[in-house]
Amino acid sequence: MDMLFPQIVAGLSNGSILLLAALGLSLTFGQMGVINNAHGEFMMAGAYTAYVMSTLIGNKTVALIVALVVGFAVSGLLGLLLDVALLERMRMRPLDTLLVTFGVSLVLQQLARDIFGATPVYASAPEALTNPVTVFGYSFSAGRLFIFILSIVCVAALYAVLKLTPLGRQIRATSENRDLAEVSGISTRTVDHVTFFLGSGIAGIAGVALSLLNSISFNFGTTFIVQAFLVVVAGGVGQLKGAVIASFVLGLCQSAIELPTSASIGQVAVFLIVVVFLQFRPQGLVSIRSRNLA
Amino acid sequence: MASKKTVSGGASASAAGEFYAKYKPWIGTAIAVVLILLAPSVMSVYNLGLLSKYLCYAMVAVGIGLAWGQGGMLTLGQGLFFGLGAYVMAIHMKLSDIGPGQVPDFMAQYGITEVPGFWELFRNPVIAVIGVAAVPGAIAALLGLAVFGRGVRGAYFAILSQALVAAFSVLLIGQSKTTGGTNGLNDFKGFFGYDLTDDANKQMIFYICAFLTLAMVLVVWWIRRSFMGDLIIGVRDQENRMKFLGYNPASIKVFAFSLAAMFAGIGGAMFVPVVGIISPSDIGVTPSILMLAGVVIGGRTTLLGPVVGTLLVRFAETQLSEAYPSAWTYIEGLIFILVIAFVPMGLGQFKGLWPWIKDRLGIGSAGSVAAAAASASVASAGDGGGDVKAAASASAAVTA
Repeated sequence: MDMLFPQIVAGLSNGSILLLAALGLSLTFGQMGVINNAHGEFMMAGAYTAYVMSTLIGNKTVALIVALVVGFAVSGLLGLLLDVALLERMRMRPLDTLLVTFGVSLVLQQLARDIFGATPVYASAPEALTNPVTVFGYSFSAGRLFIFILSIVCVAALYAVLKLTPLGRQIRATSENRDLAEVSGISTRTVDHVTFFLGSGIAGIAGVALSLLNSISFNFGTTFIVQAFLVVVAGGVGQLKGAVIASFVLGLCQSAIELPTSASIGQVAVFLIVVVFLQFRPQGLVSIRSRNLA
Repeated sequence: MASKKTVSGGASASAAGEFYAKYKPWIGTAIAVVLILLAPSVMSVYNLGLLSKYLCYAMVAVGIGLAWGQGGMLTLGQGLFFGLGAYVMAIHMKLSDIGPGQVPDFMAQYGITEVPGFWELFRNPVIAVIGVAAVPGAIAALLGLAVFGRGVRGAYFAILSQALVAAFSVLLIGQSKTTGGTNGLNDFKGFFGYDLTDDANKQMIFYICAFLTLAMVLVVWWIRRSFMGDLIIGVRDQENRMKFLGYNPASIKVFAFSLAAMFAGIGGAMFVPVVGIISPSDIGVTPSILMLAGVVIGGRTTLLGPVVGTLLVRFAETQLSEAYPSAWTYIEGLIFILVIAFVPMGLGQFKGLWPWIKDRLGIGSAGSVAAAAASASVASAGDGGGDVKAAASASAAVTA
């Protein structure tokens, strides 16, 4: 038990990081079939926002809260711009968006390198988040605890928006049956833009939060993007529930395998788990039942 | 094919056109062979080495053209197969450099006194040569059977292929005791007994690269005009209909994907003697997607587009990335953004342009057979051959 408990905590912490990174991705992938390769760079934009705020604002706690809001707006607007300028014209060929957004990610990385330099920077965290906290006699990293709570808050907020607001109803309608939504008087075009704004904005929040644990550099996003994609694939497209379960299961698996072996074996194992899992459920963990052949 | 030519001009022109249409593949091959044989006499050894490197990437591109352009499988993980081929070759070259009973320097630093089993396997040159194609081909077939068999396709497949190459490079770095880690394998002396510093041998390696690329193009050309080519396109466009007709889409896809993986493996294997190093940074997630750049530019569905596009992109990279490293990354990004968003078929999109201009200007009714043959070679752009071939010779001239 003494061995097991810290390992579960590490797994849940890894899972919450994966979840934050994958949440926005899952939303946009589910609704538009757009695989946003620039999602990692939207996270990077959030992380640099945290860095800029921590240099501008003296009080680190205020800086973090401001960064969360501004980071959401910055990344959200980047996403909106991407959707309006490029992705909208590619609705009929979603697979190609993967490559277009890869181009965007290259450009954004180079922009970051030109603006902030190639050397990594750090966003100084609030005092309270740098010290370990002790719960039930176990000591946790406060930063990781904060990320865990934030990921739950984000999921809850997104769930509430999707279930309770008229906007959420429109988003769900569009992602479940685009044509029917359109003939019911929903402007799917507007809904797409809003969804992309939301999904990218969550990437910004993820970036701000993860800047507490990692140094910030131009390739900040590449650390997370591949695993975030795997979470989306394993969880099932566009399913909040699937993304949540997949993140935590993969996070727990990874920390369980990493302990006796090494971090690199852990990552390879996570990949193999996903491939084997897709043998049994090719549509992912949670999928919308339909009579469609595709 | 012939019907397209008969519209252009008088009797002699159409006769030449028919001659061209009938023997087009042979003419194209002959031109390519002449260009390859001439290249060493007009290029410096250094430029020849660069061209050899571009050709290694072109081999990967030919495979991507087959898997993605024809088969609709967007593979973002060709770096894996490129890397497998390259590491098999690098292991063999390292072992033959140091001789039996010895271990490479980096292993000695870790205190390893005996080379591991998967190294020993590739000491035999015959096994190594087979291995550079067979290992990637087998891994691709295994993966393909697993994912295509269960109907995983499109974006899902793209993401899995990307994750696979990410896992591979993580594994290479993590297992540095037997793979050389981030440094990779480098500092090779010989290539199957030939001294790598000798200019004559560099020329020989260029010939190997060039003729391998040509052979791959011919294989893909042959597949495209065979029944298998129709099946591959059928699976790309109407997978369910193919299933109802009684075909197994998975096995057709596995065939195309494995062949693409073998091409990538061979390209990777030649990369090692040409460049002299293979490391995880050559095959990670980003390098793997960049292997698509030339295919995107050249036109994914054309036969020669991937080769021409790759040669162009890599040439531009060499020219620009040293002088303006930051500008080059922007250009690379913009290639993906602008070409995919606005010109999705790349250079292949312009194949109808020349006949249209010719029609407007009223040329193409020239009397002499030679002139007609020349115009026919571009008029045949209808099936994507002529203009790209012209571009190929142009790019070869530019590289010189």
